[in-house]
Formats: sequence, structure tokens, C-alpha cells
Amino acid sequence: MTLDFSVVADAWKSLLFGTLGTLFLAFSGMAIAMVVGVLGVVVLRMQMRIPSLLVTLFVEIVRNTPFLVQIFFLFFALPLAGVRLNPTVTAILALGLNGGAYAIEIIRGGVESIPKGQTEAGLALGLHKHEVFRLIVLVPALRAIFPSLASQFILLTLTTAICTSISAYELTSVGQRIEAETFRSFEVYFTLTTIYLVISLVTMWLLAALGRWAFSYPQR
Amino acid sequence: MGIQELTYLLQGLLWTLLLTVIGFVGGILFGMVVALLRVSPSPWLRIPMICWIGVFQGTPLLMQLFVAYFGLPLLGFNLPAWAAVSIALTAHASAFLGEIWRGAIQAVPGGQTEAANALGLPGWSRMVDVVMPQAFKLSLPATVGFLVQLLKGTSLAAIVGFIELTRAGTIVSNQIYKPLLVFGVVGALYCVMCWPLSLWGRRLEQRLAVGAAR
Repeated sequence: MTLDFSVVADAWKSLLFGTLGTLFLAFSGMAIAMVVGVLGVVVLRMQMRIPSLLVTLFVEIVRNTPFLVQIFFLFFALPLAGVRLNPTVTAILALGLNGGAYAIEIIRGGVESIPKGQTEAGLALGLHKHEVFRLIVLVPALRAIFPSLASQFILLTLTTAICTSISAYELTSVGQRIEAETFRSFEVYFTLTTIYLVISLVTMWLLAALGRWAFSYPQR
Repeated sequence: MGIQELTYLLQGLLWTLLLTVIGFVGGILFGMVVALLRVSPSPWLRIPMICWIGVFQGTPLLMQLFVAYFGLPLLGFNLPAWAAVSIALTAHASAFLGEIWRGAIQAVPGGQTEAANALGLPGWSRMVDVVMPQAFKLSLPATVGFLVQLLKGTSLAAIVGFIELTRAGTIVSNQIYKPLLVFGVVGALYCVMCWPLSLWGRRLEQRLAVGAAR
């Protein structure tokens, strides 16, 4: 058995577009996840019984079932609810809801990590209410949750591979198409694995740089 | 959904549990090796482990399953699907558990090692009797968290064609044309397995936080 990577190399254009598809899924999924996360925390902080319970239930269900089951459920549930979306949009929605549940937990932890005494100290020092929120609550909370959100983003990027199961447009489904045409399974999946590794290493590096730039402690 | 379909799902559930147990037990054994080599002072042992962990944490589990499933036969191993999946899950778990335990080992205060040194304990006893028991306690919440992750991860074996709970769900759903009911039940079954573990992990974490605050 000899390896033949030439068929994979020939398909470099499809792989490139597949990679862009994966990045698109990850970015749009994360954007929705952030919205879901912030909304969820707002609802939790209103401290109303039923809405809080619903948010908690949503978080627990998402965190304790596999993404594959979630995406299947959504894929079949949406048409029954009268919503007809193409697989890629369904995948983005599923990624957004899945990531959102984790984002709720992360953001809640960040908000709770700011002790009340800190805002009171800021007010006592004569800072304006808005300054207190921006400098003493928002930035430190973001600083506290940024690493978790960053690794959540990487995780979400890797999760996009599962979207191939409803044939959304992304790298793995492109790879499976190449595999079906060439029967070079190992070569295809080895290449895909390498591409994913590069994506996550580069993303990790970029996010670390972003974190240093935006959230390092002031030097002066 | 009749009793027959439900039995089929439960059969799949048994396979899910079995894959989880194999992956977790294998992951514990190899993860221990990964963690110990990862904290070794020699770069020749440390750097390969950094790469091992980086590769498994930086690629989708689905790709790891595919590479094992199609790659192992190329190496001359003719394995049934469940064995290839088990090997991939074990390797995956060894990297994640290795990294969790690496963190825990390094979180044990340095004074403990120094004290063991001062008492004249030999190297292995320093690690096994002094550092590891403390690291074990520190790592428990994250380890339980990963167990949940692994249990959910076994669902990906469905994509390579192995019949575990999710795949059984797909098959039943194709037979009786009630995807929402079937995947609802499948999701509920996963919840029943994962939720108690998640709660346990959170309780351990809170207990640890109380201990640290003291």
C-alpha cells in the first residue's frame, strides 16, 4: 500500500474554499454564541424565577448532550417548525446555540468575579458611574474571561468538523467529497487534520496577541 | 416508537458506555505517562509530549477518529471498527488527561517537593507519595469534566459508521420517520448519563474552592 497525496494536492482549491467555509462557520457561530451568552447572563441577573430556570435548563441540556445529537435535532426540528434553512445556516445556528451555552457560563463567572467592594471603592474615589462600569467592571471582567472565551472559540472551530454530518459547507465535508471521488481516505483525512492543526495554532497565536494587546495591565 | 426500537437504542447506549470506559481507562494509564514525561526536566522527554498534547488538542476528535480508522490498516493492523475507535479515543484521552494532570502536578506548591527532598525521600517517592496524592485532589474536577466530554465525544464514532447510541438513533429515526422523538430520547439518554457526572464535578470544584479559600 503506497500513499498518494497528489490527488489531495490536485484538490487544493476545494480545500482552500473548505477552509474558508470552516472559518466562516466558526466566526458566525461565535458571534451568535456571544449574543446568546450576553442575553443569557442578562436574563439570569434579572433574577426572575421562570426565565432563569429556562436559561439554566438550556445550559444544562446543551452541556450534557453531544453536539452531533444537537445538530441532528435542529436539522429535523426547524423544518417541522416551518423554518426552511440550508444546512450551512442550520450549522451556524447549532454552533451558536452550543457555544452560547458555554459562553453563558463563562460570562457569568466573569461578572461574578468582580467584588462589589471594588465598584464601591471606585465610586468612593469620585469616579463617574460610567467610568466605574468601564474601568472597574467591564475591562477586568473581560480580562478575566478572555482566555476562556479564546479557548472556547478554538473548541468551536474544531466542533465545526461535525457539521459535515448535515453536509454543511466546511472543510470536512469538502474532504469527504474528495474522498468519495478518489478513495484516498487516509491521505485526505491526514491532510485535513494538518489543516485543522494549522488553523488552531494560528488562531491560538492571534488570540494570545490580541489578549496581550487589549487586556494587559496598564504599565503606568 | 415501540419496545423494539427502544431496546435497539439501549443496545447502542451499552456500546457508548463501553467506548467511554475503554477510552477513559486507557486514557488514565497513558495520560499518567504523558503527564509524568511532560513535567520531566529532560527536554527530550518533555518536548514530544508537548507536541502530542498540542496535536490532540488542536485537531477535531472527528479527524482523529478518521485518521485512526483509515490509518491503522495502512500500518498493517486489521482492526474491527470498535478497536480503531477505542485506540483513537484512548490517545485523545491520554493527551487531555495528561495536560490536566500536568497542570495539577505543577500546581502543588514547590515547598512540598523541597520538604520531601529535605526529608531524604528518593525521587519516585517524592512524586508518588508527596506530589501525586495532592495533585490528584486538585485535578479531580477537571478529570470528571473531561469524562463528560469523552462520553459525548463517543457519539462521533457514529460518523465513522460504528453503531453506538447516536448511530442507533439515526437508524431508528430512518425506520420510523420520527426524528424529533428519536433524537429527543437519545439526547435525554445522554443527559441521564452526563448530568450526574457534571453535577459531581461542580460539587468537587466548589469543595476545592472552599479548601483553597481557607
